[in-house]
Amino acid sequence: MSTAIEEKTVTCIVCPSGCVVRVVLKGGKIAGISGNMCRKGTDYAKTEVINPMRILTTTVRMEDNRLLPVKTERPLPKALIFDAMKELSHVRVKAPVKIGQVVYPNVADTGVNVVATRSWK
Amino acid sequence: MQNRELVIIGGGPAGLSAAVEARKLGIKDVLVIDRESEPGGILKQCIHTGFGLHIFNEELTGPEYAERFIEEAERLGVEIMLDTMVLELTADRRLVAINSREGLVEIKAKTVILAMGCRERTRGAINIPGFRPAGVFTAGTAQRFVNIEGYMPGRKIVILGSGDIGLIMARRLTLEGAEVQCVVEIMPYSNGLIRNVVQCLEDYDIPLLLKHTVVNIHGRKRVEGVTIAEVDDDMKPVMETARFVSCDTLLLSVGLIPENELSRMTNIEIDEVTGGPVVNQRLETSLPGIFACGNVLHVHDLVDYVTQEAVLAARGAALYLASGSKKYEHIPVVTGDNLRYVLPQRINVDAVLEGKVNFFMRSVRPMAKAELFIESEWGVIKSRTLRHVRPSEMISIQVSRDEMIGSEIIKFRLQEEGGRVEHGN
Repeated sequence: MSTAIEEKTVTCIVCPSGCVVRVVLKGGKIAGISGNMCRKGTDYAKTEVINPMRILTTTVRMEDNRLLPVKTERPLPKALIFDAMKELSHVRVKAPVKIGQVVYPNVADTGVNVVATRSWK
Repeated sequence: MQNRELVIIGGGPAGLSAAVEARKLGIKDVLVIDRESEPGGILKQCIHTGFGLHIFNEELTGPEYAERFIEEAERLGVEIMLDTMVLELTADRRLVAINSREGLVEIKAKTVILAMGCRERTRGAINIPGFRPAGVFTAGTAQRFVNIEGYMPGRKIVILGSGDIGLIMARRLTLEGAEVQCVVEIMPYSNGLIRNVVQCLEDYDIPLLLKHTVVNIHGRKRVEGVTIAEVDDDMKPVMETARFVSCDTLLLSVGLIPENELSRMTNIEIDEVTGGPVVNQRLETSLPGIFACGNVLHVHDLVDYVTQEAVLAARGAALYLASGSKKYEHIPVVTGDNLRYVLPQRINVDAVLEGKVNFFMRSVRPMAKAELFIESEWGVIKSRTLRHVRPSEMISIQVSRDEMIGSEIIKFRLQEEGGRVEHGN
């Protein structure tokens, strides 16, 4: 592993302050965090730099061609969002659908399920 | 002619929340009228998260937030008349509505709640020069195309205005495979929530060009590109900085206007700053028995506040039904330094519900730290230190009846502390 020094900036979104947090990485490991006004900023910046996670919300097709809004049950790695989108573009869901129902399991092999965010009769 | 206790115009979050509360308060006959074929309003197309943190303590998507209220309304026996448009409302609360099943429907209502929401400003509202090719949409129209109809509005996109809908569409279109070239914002700060700037633009390396605007639209049949330029401190384009950006679509996210055509027709007093009716502490308009809540009253940042406001309007309607109209003496609520507006615009301190009033206001510009002063003719009655004030985020503060009693006037003003700070985003 390289020992190069790298610096990244992260805007914290935990509260409306929007602190710009500077993270120094040495050989891929966190060596320093500064710029945040509270502890929450440290934790947020750490996850953001090491493995940023996002809830993905999108739509999938119903068999009758209507669109069904969906979301991932939990956040998934940001890097896998486009893989997840690609997989979901092939999904076809049969009516009726109940809100919260799993419409696609284990998206992008993350162990995260995709669930309906509305009901369709 | 139908006779109704309470008619709510609009079946979005404001109308549904008001209907649910009205039923809970014992109003038996509650009718919601909506133009669309499904209730839920614009929430249906807002498939992203960020709704309900205040009301439900969880982060819901728009359709999820809507479905909770739709189910509750159905459970409580609210009648919802869909595909129906209200054409006329009179000061004595007669309504004319139209739909393709019954034709004209005439209703006499004891109380009315206005919950028509708002619409987007369009190209005409901001006078962008150039040809009129296909490919210019408001961000909300594009959102409906992508999330409900299943069409892509374009492939190579420039977004003018950094309101939340524009930011959210930047991400949404990127996920669906479009290339978003940039978001152009005339102000020196974004008009959206920081969270959206970070998670919708920075996440996907989409540039946000502050102090920039679109000065020309190119293309005859379809948009072929736009010219963007930096603006000076007077918001005049600096033509030396003009450059061409190739795109096939321009999305506009340049502000929202409360939809008050019916209110104006009825001669309800309108506040020219908010674009919505002038209301008192019960959200009663200048016409007795007609109340207003949600984005028809003023444009909100969070749907949770819309629900809170709708609950208050329903309580106002319930009190009106129980005890009829009283002639209230109102004192004015005055908007002072650094604030754009304060709502409600007038109050009757004796008739304050639950002993307090929730005031909503917006600042004129971002401030890192500010002191909010609430004053009567006697001097300061309350103050609060605020951090990170931004025009895009509403400020809300509760003032108790005891704090206001005996006052002839209530004035709000904001004083910036620690000098002027220009925010990057």
